[in-house]
Amino acid sequence: MATNSVIELKGVNKWYGQFHVLSDINLDVKEGEKIVVCGPSGSGKSTLIRCINRLEEHQQGDIVVHGVALTNDVKNIEAIRREVGMVFQSFNLFPHLTILDNLTLAPIWVKKMPKKEAEEIAMGLLKRVRIPEQAAKYPGQLSGGQQQRVAIARALCMRPKIMLFDEPTSALDPEMVKEVLDVMVELAKEGMTMICVTHEMGFARAVADRVIFMDRGEIVEQNEPEEFFAHPKNERTKTFLGQILHHG
Amino acid sequence: MTDVLPTGERRQLAPPVTERGALGWIRKNLFSSWANGITTVVLLVAVVWFLQGFLNWAVFTATFTAPNGQACRGHGACWALIHEKYRYIFFGSFPYQQHWRPLLAILTMLAMLISSADRRMWNSRLIWIWTIGSFVTFLLMFGVLSFPISLFLFVALAVGGLGLILRGVIADPVELNAYRALLAIGAIGLVLRVLGVMPAWSLTIAPFDYVETGLWGGLPVTMILATYGLVFAFPYGVLLALGRRSKLPLIKGLCVGFIELIRGVPLISLLIMASVMLPLFLPQGTTIDKFLRALVAVILFAGAYIAEIIRGGLQSLPKGQFEAADAMALNYPQKTILVILPQALRVVIPPLINTFIGFFKDTSLVLIIGIFDFLNTANQALVDPNWAGFPAEVYIFAAFVYFLFCFSMSRYSKYLEVELNKGTRR
Repeated sequence: MATNSVIELKGVNKWYGQFHVLSDINLDVKEGEKIVVCGPSGSGKSTLIRCINRLEEHQQGDIVVHGVALTNDVKNIEAIRREVGMVFQSFNLFPHLTILDNLTLAPIWVKKMPKKEAEEIAMGLLKRVRIPEQAAKYPGQLSGGQQQRVAIARALCMRPKIMLFDEPTSALDPEMVKEVLDVMVELAKEGMTMICVTHEMGFARAVADRVIFMDRGEIVEQNEPEEFFAHPKNERTKTFLGQILHHG
Repeated sequence: MTDVLPTGERRQLAPPVTERGALGWIRKNLFSSWANGITTVVLLVAVVWFLQGFLNWAVFTATFTAPNGQACRGHGACWALIHEKYRYIFFGSFPYQQHWRPLLAILTMLAMLISSADRRMWNSRLIWIWTIGSFVTFLLMFGVLSFPISLFLFVALAVGGLGLILRGVIADPVELNAYRALLAIGAIGLVLRVLGVMPAWSLTIAPFDYVETGLWGGLPVTMILATYGLVFAFPYGVLLALGRRSKLPLIKGLCVGFIELIRGVPLISLLIMASVMLPLFLPQGTTIDKFLRALVAVILFAGAYIAEIIRGGLQSLPKGQFEAADAMALNYPQKTILVILPQALRVVIPPLINTFIGFFKDTSLVLIIGIFDFLNTANQALVDPNWAGFPAEVYIFAAFVYFLFCFSMSRYSKYLEVELNKGTRR
């Protein structure tokens, strides 16, 4: 595995008013690394990955993505967003556009790609997430699992170097979780750099290089998945794992 | 007991007889209980009684032709009055021999409006329809049109600027250079014109006799005020709505201030201000056409209302839509035009059309500054002493024409909702 860092967070702090939501976060992500972030709700894990593409603004510390420092400079922010794809819990497909138009929107307008080329790439990606036959439909006509796979394809259409997943399976009916996870596992095997906020511990065991546990805005513990699940060191980690794993 | 249906087979029973056919419908909807039955009968009797009275007056005993009002007396409705006055009601004081001009102008505007109502026309063709349609309409109404050089320069500036903003990313270099050239020509030309270096050239087209706006009246006035008032108020309202949600305090403050100020005063006072006070601020000798001032007042007023409606649409969008657009590196204009506005406007079609209908009728308030729109010419038709005493006929006629327009808009709103929601179940 390559050893150069693609995401670096140094001493990152963020407050919502008085509430300290991220406290002194240090994180170094290598190229091709897959990281799973877990933790109780309100622990700041979503906020953490949303800071990486500036959907949230951090107030202290440095974030460097692919060699570009994240500042208030719009040029830098847009440069980073071009390299970083994001998948949301609630899919956030554009309901007024067809599936194909959802995919080609950003390549055409942000990357100035000719429409035909963008559509070819989009159809290729739809095949990869196994729903090419839905290209002409609208998001509202698809099931949740299909919509989330479209959302992944849409993010990939920009040819990102890094993918962020913000609880991609939490809003899905149970029978649809697998079809989305399968796509994510494939993506991981192809060597994509991924940061994934999720409680799917099976996914974490299967693909993660590192599991990070966050609580109250801090990174409490991080380790390789085997070690992390077998021998959690911190009390808070043990409690959390006990809560989410005891159903087997 | 377990009861398992054989696979591949579903029990399909026909609905009971009482649910089927016209008789079933009547029974279910009109006579489902004693109270409903009585209500149905009472209302039916009331409707028949009213219709019978009205038809008696409006058709059976009505006078359709008569030399003057005296001949109508003692009978039912006096439609002869409408027959006598309809040209004045429709066209106001426009020179009588030239009435074909406002008639053609009305037809041109109707053609323009109807053709742009079709969704298949929503592309660059719309620009041509409106450019040519507006040119023909105003040429017919004025008879003489004169285009100053500054107008051409301004159009060049606007086309160049908008082209760069809207197509900046996807246009090829040739197209981009054309926009830059237009922008530069427009900007330099306007500066030279303002400095007085460039003479006030203008292009004049004069196929007919000139008719000043003071002589316009009737339906063309109502249609022009409503159509162009709303056409300009709409983009302006969109900008106000976006400005009101801006993160920049100055822009936000200006927009909020403007919207609240305009919404806080009646349209009449705005019209009077435009008519009486505006000339006081202008240098001596300069006048702005009364009609244009009324139009500007309508635009300002409608813009503020449209802005508030659109703001409602913007607020109804989930935050995720904005975030998704941000995350894929769309910039603000792209995000707004491609993702946000198409969805926000769709949500607000019914209240938007409702406002349009309101403004179509509110244009009658321009009477206050001496412009005669359709309702006001109808009112004027009553003044003739030969035909005194038949207000009901005139107002029913006016109401009928207004109803045709407003009801069409209302139906169109319905069509748009269905059309735009095709395929998108939400």
